[in-house]
Amino acid sequence: MSGMMLEESPTTTGENIANYTINFGPQHPAAHGVLRMVMELDGEIIERIDPHVGLLHRGTEKLIEHKTYLQALPYFDRLDYCSPLCMEHSYILAVEKLLNVEVPIRAQYLRVLFAELTRICNHMLNIGSHVMDVGAMTPNLWVFEIREDCMNFFERMSGARMHHAYLRPGGVHQDVPLKLLTDIAEWVDTRLPQLFGDAMSLVMDNRIFKQRNVDIAIVSKEDAIAWGFSGPMIRAAGIPWDIRKSQPYEVYDRMDFDIPVGTNSDCYDRFMVRVQEVYQSARIIKQCIAEIPEGPVASLDRKISPPKRGEMKQSMEALIHHFKLYTEGFHVPAGEVYVATESPKGEFGVYLVSDGSNKPYRCKIRPTAFSHLQAMDFMCKGHMLPDATAILGAIDVVFGECDR
Amino acid sequence: MSVLHSAPRYAPFAGARETLSAALGDMLVAAKEEHGEIVLTVQRDRIEDALRLLRDTQDYQQLMEMAGVDFPDRAERFEVVYMLLSLTRNHRIMVKVSTDEANPVPTVTTLWPNAGWLEREIYDMYGVLFAGNTDLRRILTDYGFEGHPFRKDFPLTGYQELRYSEEEKRVVYEPVKLAQDFRQFDFMSPWEGADYILPGDEKAAQAPAPPPVAEPKTTEKPSQTGAGEKANAEAAKHVATPPDGKDGGAAPAAPAPTESRPDKKPRKAKSADTTGSTETAKKPAAKRVRKPKTEGEA
Repeated sequence: MSGMMLEESPTTTGENIANYTINFGPQHPAAHGVLRMVMELDGEIIERIDPHVGLLHRGTEKLIEHKTYLQALPYFDRLDYCSPLCMEHSYILAVEKLLNVEVPIRAQYLRVLFAELTRICNHMLNIGSHVMDVGAMTPNLWVFEIREDCMNFFERMSGARMHHAYLRPGGVHQDVPLKLLTDIAEWVDTRLPQLFGDAMSLVMDNRIFKQRNVDIAIVSKEDAIAWGFSGPMIRAAGIPWDIRKSQPYEVYDRMDFDIPVGTNSDCYDRFMVRVQEVYQSARIIKQCIAEIPEGPVASLDRKISPPKRGEMKQSMEALIHHFKLYTEGFHVPAGEVYVATESPKGEFGVYLVSDGSNKPYRCKIRPTAFSHLQAMDFMCKGHMLPDATAILGAIDVVFGECDR
Repeated sequence: MSVLHSAPRYAPFAGARETLSAALGDMLVAAKEEHGEIVLTVQRDRIEDALRLLRDTQDYQQLMEMAGVDFPDRAERFEVVYMLLSLTRNHRIMVKVSTDEANPVPTVTTLWPNAGWLEREIYDMYGVLFAGNTDLRRILTDYGFEGHPFRKDFPLTGYQELRYSEEEKRVVYEPVKLAQDFRQFDFMSPWEGADYILPGDEKAAQAPAPPPVAEPKTTEKPSQTGAGEKANAEAAKHVATPPDGKDGGAAPAAPAPTESRPDKKPRKAKSADTTGSTETAKKPAAKRVRKPKTEGEA
């Protein structure tokens, strides 16, 4: 409680009604990072929320303007550090759209496969922390087990558990061993449904969990559209909008999956949409592993993607290409594109302006949390103070991405 | 150009540019379609009307994003770009206006409530003003920050740095001190139109352009040295009167022709043609031993 405000109430005469102004965060475990919210409370009822963001602002977009296109890539891993691969995905597709480069089909499958694994990994963190925000401890520990498995797969994919820098313009960095694919397939069939099913059986029909989430922060379809919602937030409102389905990229148009939608548009629906999305992602992963063809994993256009190490030992041209790509980098035709993909949290977009040089002229990142967090005031109004943590948990906000 | 990339594919909307241009009428300044993106530039003062028209009659229901871009060379240096999404048409467009530090852009918070933070961000990063936005505070930068960091003339390192001071027991702000200069790598080749001064060539850019030459210098005769009157006179003298020496002024004799050496071994190659003797593939070149340089040699 940082301050107390006394003000004359317009409705009552002669009485002073005290409105508390409390400071929620920036160091608060339920704030999911460095969010500071100035809340004006009438008793325990939230009257107004003013979220202060930007405490994790690192100037990523400015830094990217001073790096080549390839050097800018690892910054994207550090945006939403819960779903790093999906952050890379939008950027890579934006660069490829400007270059108009063809990506080999195996690379597209690998991208989709690991993007969906990232989605599972991200939803595990969000589901776990959401249930912990409203008081359940055990499911969080159980779903973190799944998250750990995902991390191990990522480590075998790229060598890094979190900041992969795995997607590259024109393909992916390296091929994966067959054993990794078979292990993922086995995991998706056995361990994931078992662990996840167990964990969710504790919360989905839990009376306390429902009391804390059902009918909290109901957002109508019209409001969801007006506030620029995307991802699970707009699907919970009953709008079956999924960029993977409606504007398919990579090989999503070959995949058979459903879009779960909510009916009531409350926090419980947002939670359940994510739970169902995990099963849909598992379906996509299985199809990817079944269908993935053999072939190259990066474009053969040597002006964009570097040659193999072995080739460099034999060919002078390959050596020159490698040197040029890792010093000067490739030049991207002038133009501007806005590419948005379905990240686990919603629409993650990259607006890329190129002036024809080897560095982006401007790279604007559309964080998913910006629109959602902005609606905090609108969603929390009239709810109780403890509901704010449930609402925030259902938004799924990560500040690396929100503040950039 | 055929589409090779695998970026998100919208629903085809044939004649989108023409349809939307016609709908916007005289509000439109320019319309282009590049890289599969439709970009409509509209008049700054009428952006609100234009976006309302696109939202209500053309079904672009969602404002997904707003971006500022800085082009310092232009008369109106800033661009504000609005990314619109149509959920029903499954299509995206970009609408942009240009402005400068002084002229505000009309707010679109009247159309979309989420424009509030997006406009605050552009104000924070570029200093673009939005007329009608009632809450135009800074959003991403620090409390009490000065300047607009994403402008192209704002240095990447910024001006202030902060640290925890053990003496004062609080966080203190100090001017940025760099232990070494910020390393700005420029990979552009100087032969491909680099617009900066090459290292060592600084004076060339600073010095005023030399005045036009009335009499172009020629070096037709030995006396025209191009090194001034004094040198010319000296050169002319040299040619006119040979210096007095041992030879009594006669021209120096030509060097004696090389003697033929009967003791020299004949070439081993089949012909006198040098190509045969210089073929290295057939026989390895003789090992050359470098003679150590002695002090006496100059």
